[in-house]
Amino acid sequence: MLTKRIIACLDVNAGRVVKGVQFQQLRDAGDPAELAAAHSQAGADEVVLLDISATHEKRTTLVDTVRRTARQLFIPFTVGGGIGSLDDATAVFDAGADKISINSAALADPSLITRIADRYGSQAVMVAIDAKRMNGEARFEAYVRGGRTPTGRDVVVWAREAEERGAGEILLTSMDRDGTGAGFDCELTRACSEALRIPVIASGGGGDMQSFVEVFQQGEADAALAASIFHFGLHRLSDLKQDLQSAGIPVRWPC
Amino acid sequence: MIAVVDYRAGNLTSVKKALDHLHADAIVTEEPAVVAQADKIILPGVGHFSSTSILEETGLRAAILHRIQEGVPFLGICVGMQWMFESSTEAPGIQGLGLFLGACGSFAASVKSPHVGWNSLACQDGSRLLRGIPSDSFVYFTHSYSAPVVKATVARCEYGGEFSAAVEQDNLFGVQFHPEKSGPIGLKLLENFCGL
Repeated sequence: MLTKRIIACLDVNAGRVVKGVQFQQLRDAGDPAELAAAHSQAGADEVVLLDISATHEKRTTLVDTVRRTARQLFIPFTVGGGIGSLDDATAVFDAGADKISINSAALADPSLITRIADRYGSQAVMVAIDAKRMNGEARFEAYVRGGRTPTGRDVVVWAREAEERGAGEILLTSMDRDGTGAGFDCELTRACSEALRIPVIASGGGGDMQSFVEVFQQGEADAALAASIFHFGLHRLSDLKQDLQSAGIPVRWPC
Repeated sequence: MIAVVDYRAGNLTSVKKALDHLHADAIVTEEPAVVAQADKIILPGVGHFSSTSILEETGLRAAILHRIQEGVPFLGICVGMQWMFESSTEAPGIQGLGLFLGACGSFAASVKSPHVGWNSLACQDGSRLLRGIPSDSFVYFTHSYSAPVVKATVARCEYGGEFSAAVEQDNLFGVQFHPEKSGPIGLKLLENFCGL
């Protein structure tokens, strides 16, 4: 049976994981390569590395960081942040990424999705959408540039276009819930999941185990991004998967 | 020496990286002459079935078939495995190798596509490729088309119906999933292939 994925996200700034907590078993809590490997061992189904400094500083993701992180990682590895062209994507793939995530650049030039998909396959192209509720209604607007700039685009309409242009997955972040730990926006997630045939990864708001159960059951998410670095210790990641299994959610456990 | 065949379909870095991790003597090549010297051949592949047409144009298809007939172990991954069948509805004009009978097809309309994520295997006993890999092991898939269950199927997977997750017959091996992305289980499979 296809399982629901728990994806660990590492936010990286200048080659260092930020928002980190101290893990005693690691020599260096801020090293992306060590943290990615530790998450893989703890039961993460995939790892996403987001260069959070990239978009507003117009700086490309550090290829060296990607190379070092990919070397000992044998689960799917996605890199995002500041990828604005096919050449940027190529550099990251050559360094060992399996998928790239694009956000602002895809909205600025949607043909970029198709160009990367034609070269590397749709499975390698994740389109990230930062979504904000409009006036508290069940309608959502896409934002770019790290959530600072509204685009006027309806999230579901944009997600459908991204799918048609060759995106393989949608990484959907609720800006309203991000960082709150108050639970995922299940309404947002379900609206996209029902409108698309490609998988939807829910992000923003993940907190306790119940929030993950809800996003898989009510939100119909195919995967959930766990900012496990700050919401979970590594042991909690394996606890989460065991708890989800007990709640009847199919997960890869034991790994 | 293991030849990892590069036909400009997707990204071979991950496969090479996994083989390096296993200390296998592997090189990525697009040269038929290198394939002709190889002790083992791996044909990775992500993307579209039509991308295999380049294997015909470059002479790689003939080189691979020749080595297969000489008994060299061959492993097709993802589209590389689909290519071992006769054809795919993804690209009706393109001929596969026809080493296994049947055509690859798309998933039932009732399930999402592509099939992305970790799914479990139903393994048969006696496979050399799957030695030491228990049934119900999880492996990572990402694909929109799949191969039918045939006589050579040694692992089945369920997603809107059953399909071949792994095939094996004499020196021919194929996996629909990505062993290079399937954690310790996937590395074990590659180690088994390297040790043949």
